[in-house]
Amino acid sequence: MNSTAFCDNTLTSGPTGHGFYPYEANGGTAVAIAGEDFCVVASDTRQSNGYLINARYSPKAFKMSDKAVLANSGFAADGNALVRRLGQRMQWYRHSHEKEMSITALAQLLSNTLYYKRFFPYYTQVLLGGIDENGVGVVFSFDPVGSYGSEICRAAGTAAALIQPFLDNQVELKNMQIGEKPRLSLDRALCIAKDAFTSATERDIYTGDYLEIYIIKGDGVTIENYPLKKD
Amino acid sequence: MFRNQYDNDISTWSPQGRIHQVEYALEAVKQGSAAVGLRSNTHVVLLALKRSSGELASYQKKLTIIDDHLGIAIAGLTSDARVLSNFMRTEAMKSKVIYGRPLPIFRIVSAIGDKAQVNTQNYGRRPYGVGLLVAGYDETGPHLYECAPSGNFFEYYAMSIGARSQSAKTYLERYYESFAEASLDELVRHGLNALRDTLQQDKELNMDNCSIGIVGADCKFKIVEGDELKRYLSLLDNVEMGDTVQGQAPMDTE
Repeated sequence: MNSTAFCDNTLTSGPTGHGFYPYEANGGTAVAIAGEDFCVVASDTRQSNGYLINARYSPKAFKMSDKAVLANSGFAADGNALVRRLGQRMQWYRHSHEKEMSITALAQLLSNTLYYKRFFPYYTQVLLGGIDENGVGVVFSFDPVGSYGSEICRAAGTAAALIQPFLDNQVELKNMQIGEKPRLSLDRALCIAKDAFTSATERDIYTGDYLEIYIIKGDGVTIENYPLKKD
Repeated sequence: MFRNQYDNDISTWSPQGRIHQVEYALEAVKQGSAAVGLRSNTHVVLLALKRSSGELASYQKKLTIIDDHLGIAIAGLTSDARVLSNFMRTEAMKSKVIYGRPLPIFRIVSAIGDKAQVNTQNYGRRPYGVGLLVAGYDETGPHLYECAPSGNFFEYYAMSIGARSQSAKTYLERYYESFAEASLDELVRHGLNALRDTLQQDKELNMDNCSIGIVGADCKFKIVEGDELKRYLSLLDNVEMGDTVQGQAPMDTE
């Protein structure tokens, strides 16, 4: 379970080498891109621990409602527990208000839930993507203790540093000497997401196996699945 | 029943072996407006008569969704019903998180029974003043239970609680053998006929005072109210004013 490779001696024990470190780095990457009236949330499905692979298909993205998809990367157990908790809170909201929670409300709830454990955090980078109450595509990205903001695109996880600059340039068309910077179409966003992952899979050992893409549009959520390299 | 020296608190038995406070709690259920439940092999249907305190007021909600596969109809103190339905909702969610499966109906009904019983044996507490008809579909099929303030619960093919519910029971007893194989529409029709029997002389079922809850194998618990009721109300047998016998059965001869 918790191999010595991730035993953090300096924090919890003396020189003996024993100790319990409550977190694990399970690897993987997630990407979210917001369009004008759609949102794309993509993540790989590999779960690893050091040089070992725990699972080739362990999804990191979850549909929270018809308008919101949550993807997390970091410590898988914390990510899954967080999604469960949020699911319960959303169910209570549905009971009390007789309507589905909006994505902006969910983002605020998520921020509060994360900060609640400020001194023993959920070890995950969370991306929340979907459609807001006006039908506009939106992406919220969170740090492990709940700081969040609305963005056009964001990559999180082990290959974030490889993908984020690519997204900045190809989705937001930053740092380019061009006049027009139109918003992306759904097809272009999907191409960029797939290419981002195939490229990341080449260079990042923790990313690969399968790619799961959630497409959120006004009329609902669809899922697409693609294989990635397994090495 | 009349006042006597054994009815002051819950922890006093009467010489006849009765606890009057529990029976008084059951009276509170009988004062609530009627609720009817019936089941087939595929669906369970709850029907309730909503009351309003006046022309300007809204109609009191009688049906509550507990989970996708579970819903209740209430009769009695609505505030007690709210507390119990929140308890049931928590239990339903816990079941999904802890065991990864929807809450079995028998589990939740016996949990409510245990909860209700506590209040019948501790000094200073009062029983819940609400009766529930619990309708649900779990892995053993469709179920209908009645839960009473006494802590008793029992499973039924069909049941009614609340004011003038005996009239509904009479109708249900006459037709219950046909419920098992009935289609959803037929089941609702029987339920509406039973509910109509609980009405007072010049009242009738309409889109405002009626509420239907349906759950089944391929059907998440949903509440049908307002305009959507039109379709179901049109299934009601046409009966002339003053008749007490419904369309199917032959008229009693004098």
